[in-house]
Amino acid sequence: MTVEANTSAIGMASEPSSAFRPILEWVARRAEPVAISFGAILIGLALFSVFIVVIGKSPITLFQLMYTGGFGSWFSIQNSLSRAAPLLLTALCVALPARLGLVIIGGEGAVVLGGVAAAAVALPFVGTLPALLVLLVMAAAAMIVGGIWIGLAGFLRHYRGVNETISSLLLAYIAIALMNQFVEGPLRDPASLNKPSTAPLPADYMLGKIPGMDVHWGLAIGIVACIVSWVLIEVTSYGFAARIAGGNVRAAQIQGLPVGRLIVGFTAIAGSFAGLAGMIEVAAVQGSANASLAAGYGYTGILVAFLARHNPLAIIPVAILLGGIDASGGLIQRRMGLPDATVLVLQGTLFVVILLFETFYGRFKIFNPDLWKRNP
Amino acid sequence: MDESGIGIWGVPLAILAGAIRVSTPFIFVSLGETITERSGRINLGLEGTLVFGAMTAYAVAVMSGSAWLGVLAAMGTGAVFGLVHGWICKWPKVNDIAIGIAMMQFGLGMAFFLGKPFIKPVAPHLPSIPLGGWSSLPQVQAALNINVLFLIGALLAVALWWAFKNTRVGLILRVVGDSTDAARAMGIDPDRIRLLATAAGGSLAAVGGAYLSLYYPGSWNEGISSGQGLMAVALVIFARWNPIGCFLAALLFGGAGALGPALQSVGVTQGYYLFYAAPYVLTLAILIATSSPTRSLAGAPGALSVTK
Repeated sequence: MTVEANTSAIGMASEPSSAFRPILEWVARRAEPVAISFGAILIGLALFSVFIVVIGKSPITLFQLMYTGGFGSWFSIQNSLSRAAPLLLTALCVALPARLGLVIIGGEGAVVLGGVAAAAVALPFVGTLPALLVLLVMAAAAMIVGGIWIGLAGFLRHYRGVNETISSLLLAYIAIALMNQFVEGPLRDPASLNKPSTAPLPADYMLGKIPGMDVHWGLAIGIVACIVSWVLIEVTSYGFAARIAGGNVRAAQIQGLPVGRLIVGFTAIAGSFAGLAGMIEVAAVQGSANASLAAGYGYTGILVAFLARHNPLAIIPVAILLGGIDASGGLIQRRMGLPDATVLVLQGTLFVVILLFETFYGRFKIFNPDLWKRNP
Repeated sequence: MDESGIGIWGVPLAILAGAIRVSTPFIFVSLGETITERSGRINLGLEGTLVFGAMTAYAVAVMSGSAWLGVLAAMGTGAVFGLVHGWICKWPKVNDIAIGIAMMQFGLGMAFFLGKPFIKPVAPHLPSIPLGGWSSLPQVQAALNINVLFLIGALLAVALWWAFKNTRVGLILRVVGDSTDAARAMGIDPDRIRLLATAAGGSLAAVGGAYLSLYYPGSWNEGISSGQGLMAVALVIFARWNPIGCFLAALLFGGAGALGPALQSVGVTQGYYLFYAAPYVLTLAILIATSSPTRSLAGAPGALSVTK
């Protein structure tokens, strides 16, 4: 495969005039991640189709329903966008530390505690402060708590050598226990009987909808967060330093870069985004903090970040795509009699195949920009 | 005799009973992960393997009427999951930690998907041995009602400890885990050893799952595991890749997990939910205490990505 691609590519390279070379070079550089990701998604969908056929259902019907449920109408698009909002933020929680070579999988903990913190600080101010101010206080509290939580994993990594993947995961379980304690104990609204919750946020203190859409402001916040993260990584010197430290810690230390501060800073920023996702879940969806906060957004965010190859801008379409798959789950369940876990199987299959396809990077010479630079 | 009959002694007894009852899945998953990690690869996907094993064991036990057939079937599927993980990880540039997370999601998804019809039916349970027959106290009897898998796990820990030290297979595994180059120089194919070690680890993790669905709590549902498979990964580090250490650490974890319910049974309800966090806090505290930013962990296989 690689050899054939190589020879045919050279054959093509000699044809275009030199004016096109820079364009081809640019395309070759950009095309590799796109082509490999699409190849992986196609293979993943094919494998999933085989599974559906084995179960005795039609994959074509399933994909049609998935499209209808996720993107087939304005209503379903808005539903998908609403579901994408928390995924944007939890994916950033994975993508930012990944620039430093850290694998953080405990974003769920920051989501949960961010939500609890937001609910806890909002209630004393309701009625005394204007809604916008209360929402800002909520967001700040959620971001601080989430930032501390994931920042702790970064701190332990650098200053104690504790593996961040495992510590962030343990912290997520601890966070869920803390949430249950708060929601069942000191913060519990006595009126919440079957489902222990904090006191509900009055409707006029909730995060509203984006004008003209049935989607809450969380989507806009998430997209802005992705753009800010992109600027942070790609434009600022802070992001450049992080990329150096991610590539080679020793080189970064020799250059005098503050590796410890970079690691703690990046994990804290990442955690504050996941905390913000918790606040949005409370202020725009649930109206109070309760066990529904641990809905798995933190874990789906891992998938989104890996699919987007930790690129904050690529997170936006991937999160919307996965939000759409998520949103179509109910329709598939009703129309085809398949369990709600169908979506989980699809996500898992795609995730595995896409990671496996990492191995193809750099193997196809057609994507090598140098090939297009060479004179015939 | 009622609860108050043994008063405050009920707490340590309940913790002991809980330790024995809760630790078995930890024993199997951590022993499996020890085999895998000793070969130089980490499998974070054991959580998915555990849950899929629990579902397989339950489904096969329901259909065949034999709990042991369920355990065997679980081992088979666990080995398949391990083989898939091992095969994917042998490719260059593939991150074994990320693949573990992906396999975990895949395993959970498949288990929930295929396990839907088995939430209602009742499967035969695994047998247990009443070692507490000498006592007239029902609490003691209940505490010492020990499942066969727990005993198998204890024996397996000793056997593995011995095998790592004294057998050719154990030596090959350790060499592969410590240095890929040294293994190649000895004429060993590291990829094949790691593939087999991952498969063995997966089949043991699935036995842990079978214990969950066929003995304690003893039914199949989607919330059957609260991260036991993942905790086991931390537990292996804590146990320093030593099988006997894994067994003792699993008992400690089980005991920590039983603390909350034990205290609640004698009327301590303050901070009840915080006790659920006890095993996680304990693991984290031990990791912090024993890690160091400058040297790798004592006893860690050299080729292992998680400790670098």
